Amino acid sequence: MKIDTVEAAGRTPDQEQPHAALGLRGDEYQRIRDILDRRPTSAELAMYSVMWSEHCSYKSSKVHLRPFGDLPSSERLMVGIGENAGVVDIGDGYAVTFKAESHNHPSYVEPYQGAATGVGGIVRDILTMGARPLAVMDPLRFGPPEAADTARVLPGVVAGVGGYGNCLGLPNIGGELVFDGCYAGNPLVNVLCVGVMRHEDIKLARAPGPGNAVIIFGSRTGPDGIGGASILASETFEDQKPTKRPSVQVGDPFTEKLLIECCLEIFAADLVVGIQDFGAAGLSCATTELASAGTGGMHVVLDEVPLRDQTMTCEEILMSESQERMCAIVEPDKVDGFLAICAKWEVRAAVIGTVNDSGRLTVEWRGEQIVDVPPRTVAHDGPVYERPLSRPDDQDALQADTPDRLSRPSSADELRDTLLGLIAHPNLADKTWVTEQYDSYVRGNTVLSQPEDAGVLRIDEQTHRGIALSTDGNGRYGRLDPYVGAQLAEAEAYRNVAVTGATPIAITDCLNFGSPEEPGVMWQFAESIRGIADACRELGLPVTGGNVSFYNQTGDVAIHPTPVIGVLGVLDDVRLRLRQGLGRAAGEQIALLGTTRAEFGGSQWAGIMHGHLGGLPPTADLAAEARLAGVLAQAAARQWLTAAHDVSDGGLAATLTESVLRYGVGAQISLPGDRFVALFSESAGRALVAGTAYGLAALEVACTEARVPVTRIGTVGGDELAIDGVTPIPLADLRTAWTDALPRLFGAATPP
Amino acid sequence: MTASAQDVAGDLADVRIGVVTFPGSLDDGDAARAVRLAGGSPVALWHGTHDLEAVDAVILPGGFSYGDYLRAGAIASFSPIMREIIDAATRGLPVLGICNGFQVLCEAGLLPGALTRNAHLHFRNRDQCLRIEARTAWTGDFEPGAEIVVPVKNGEGRYVAGAEVLAAVEAEGRVLARYVGANPNGSSRDIAGVTDSTGRIVGLMPHPEHAVEALTGPSTDGLGFFTSILASILGARAVSTG
Repeated sequence: MKIDTVEAAGRTPDQEQPHAALGLRGDEYQRIRDILDRRPTSAELAMYSVMWSEHCSYKSSKVHLRPFGDLPSSERLMVGIGENAGVVDIGDGYAVTFKAESHNHPSYVEPYQGAATGVGGIVRDILTMGARPLAVMDPLRFGPPEAADTARVLPGVVAGVGGYGNCLGLPNIGGELVFDGCYAGNPLVNVLCVGVMRHEDIKLARAPGPGNAVIIFGSRTGPDGIGGASILASETFEDQKPTKRPSVQVGDPFTEKLLIECCLEIFAADLVVGIQDFGAAGLSCATTELASAGTGGMHVVLDEVPLRDQTMTCEEILMSESQERMCAIVEPDKVDGFLAICAKWEVRAAVIGTVNDSGRLTVEWRGEQIVDVPPRTVAHDGPVYERPLSRPDDQDALQADTPDRLSRPSSADELRDTLLGLIAHPNLADKTWVTEQYDSYVRGNTVLSQPEDAGVLRIDEQTHRGIALSTDGNGRYGRLDPYVGAQLAEAEAYRNVAVTGATPIAITDCLNFGSPEEPGVMWQFAESIRGIADACRELGLPVTGGNVSFYNQTGDVAIHPTPVIGVLGVLDDVRLRLRQGLGRAAGEQIALLGTTRAEFGGSQWAGIMHGHLGGLPPTADLAAEARLAGVLAQAAARQWLTAAHDVSDGGLAATLTESVLRYGVGAQISLPGDRFVALFSESAGRALVAGTAYGLAALEVACTEARVPVTRIGTVGGDELAIDGVTPIPLADLRTAWTDALPRLFGAATPP
Repeated sequence: MTASAQDVAGDLADVRIGVVTFPGSLDDGDAARAVRLAGGSPVALWHGTHDLEAVDAVILPGGFSYGDYLRAGAIASFSPIMREIIDAATRGLPVLGICNGFQVLCEAGLLPGALTRNAHLHFRNRDQCLRIEARTAWTGDFEPGAEIVVPVKNGEGRYVAGAEVLAAVEAEGRVLARYVGANPNGSSRDIAGVTDSTGRIVGLMPHPEHAVEALTGPSTDGLGFFTSILASILGARAVSTG
């Protein structure tokens, strides 16, 4: 077998290389030749091609992400954008790290493994920061609910998220389930993980200290996720081994669970100076990132990497995306201790190299030098594009096509039927079919999980300090106005955290878009970023990190711009959290906070009842959101309220449905103004609250001071949802409509 | 606290309940917390040793020991610590297997029957009503026939056994608990847990350790399993010293 060595590359400058098949443009290939002052070896070409891909280099998005870096500094932010995940201070010496990542394309190809390895990857990012992973969340988006392909993809994705997360012992505390035609063929599988550590335990991905050992530990390296390397193998080598390999990786959550416990024990014993997980681009990524963030040099002996398949070529080993692997930098006198802990947890570990100060990453294989590169040029000096962008030609027509022309219900029966029709649609219906496949209880610190507005975790059993998390996105709003749509996504996640009584302190983002090569998509992307950055400035929240997923499109049809925003909040005392259900206290009265306008552009009513998407999305009034959040935090701390629930998709109708069905206690509601607008408008900045007469009176005083509109709309009790001017709905009928939707589509909820 | 209350608390804290961690155990921390909230002292036991550390009882916690590879609980049932637990259990050491721990006990032959894939083939997590039927070392604090609500969460929780075994379990009053209302996994005769003939070795598919605090559980009904074993051990000590 011929090995393409550094020496050979210098000797044969004119040898043709398959750079285009590896996704490198001619000018990118030339740049590699200029950097190395020779042609790259095939191993080097493999490394540059994966590291300079859109996925790893952010080459199309980089210039647009700058506004996040320009945000004012935050005292809470301990580690910002650029590391595996951002870290924020939540008080009492605790630091929380959280991040969301997409696994959209693999989940379409192989739903179970695509989703499972999506969980695995983001959990390793959190672990890499030095944190114990605490919980996951899964914002999911699929094509039309009744489409055959949705029936193929959704059950597998849900089983994969559950199968992996449950086996790791991480509670799933929330997420989203959205159906829209734009996601047919392009489902969005985003996963968020959150972890906690003490301030002094934060770890970084860097390789300092010449002489320190480079250790790979976890699963063996196999030929998964190396579609690109197969091209090299087939062109470079004469042997006839199969080159078509599955490109979706297969997850092993059991190994990852051992890896988590093993890492935490290693961290506690202070045995590493740097750590990185293997994600996309595997060894190529981990070694070049660690080296360029450390002393600057590293020598790796590739023969030491434990392999699952002994026929793998060196290019394949460098590109493999095998799951459940980590890379640690360990001082020589701590190597034995490190390996002993790995042995205790039955985790395979091997010393594969040494840190040096050469400024080069060198890799040897079968006694030959196959890589000799400045690591920074691979990891950080990839191409940066200023892609052309332009507002889509159809944007004006789309915004001009307002929902005003759509027929609206007006009689009491029509309003009832509209309400029942909406809440029975899978976008608004009960999500239990999905969420009961997830463990929400494990670790015993889950205070709130789905269907509540945000997941709430206890962090400290003595002090009762806790955190709240929500993820939200709305592609329909984004399609109508990507700037406002992104702000509304952030506002909703912020509000969902606030209605638990928590104080929002930071965000992360998962940006799902079509092809960056389309000027219209790039415009949506740039507008969304601008919207998020402006919202963060107004709400005083730092962006801790994020993820960009491009090419979510089929042919020339892109998904709606779908930035998903995760907001983290802090609760000083989780025992005082607010919940969405009515009926936990006697004599509860109900009020609506915020301003309701006739806003139906992009609404669930327009979409579900009329198949319509047009006009403008609701107003994003971030100052009003901040005032609302302030009042809710005060109300929770003073224990004025017995319930609080966000108003968003589906308007007050959906909010009321969820609040009365939570504990099966009805309500009598009287709404001011146009009943249709009051029930189905999706004006942002609103929340439904309940409390005793005393509690609501105190709240009203606080609302007046804070300039938050407050309207009394009813009382709690009875066994129906009775709204003035709407035919009363018995709770049993309401529940049937709400709970039957998903089981009817995806299978019975009860065993035969 | 009065002097006698202090004595009781001190006595309870003297009761050592071992919680085994296998590779892939997940609810070990929760089981230890439940023991602590009941007043006892949890003791962490490691699968790879032969040391039971002089515990008074053992809990095999929930999770996915060895990733559920081969069969749920099958590999763990052969671990070094299980050699000691099987030996001690046959000489009277109380053992509670929860979820994966129940699967381990069945695989080890300490309890009859087996836990198989849920009838609907999905992992299922829900708050479940149970009726406590057998009076055992782990259920003494419950009124006979008490109905409690605790989480059930599993992918392989469908209890099955041959007709003769089921008949014997029923006839001997060895059904520990039964699902009330919807059967969450297709278990035979709605069986959620069984006990051995001594009432000391007990397996339960649902998770009482997740129902010990109002803040985080659907109820605090699960605490009864942990207070029961502490009372049972203290009672046995009083008899042996009295």
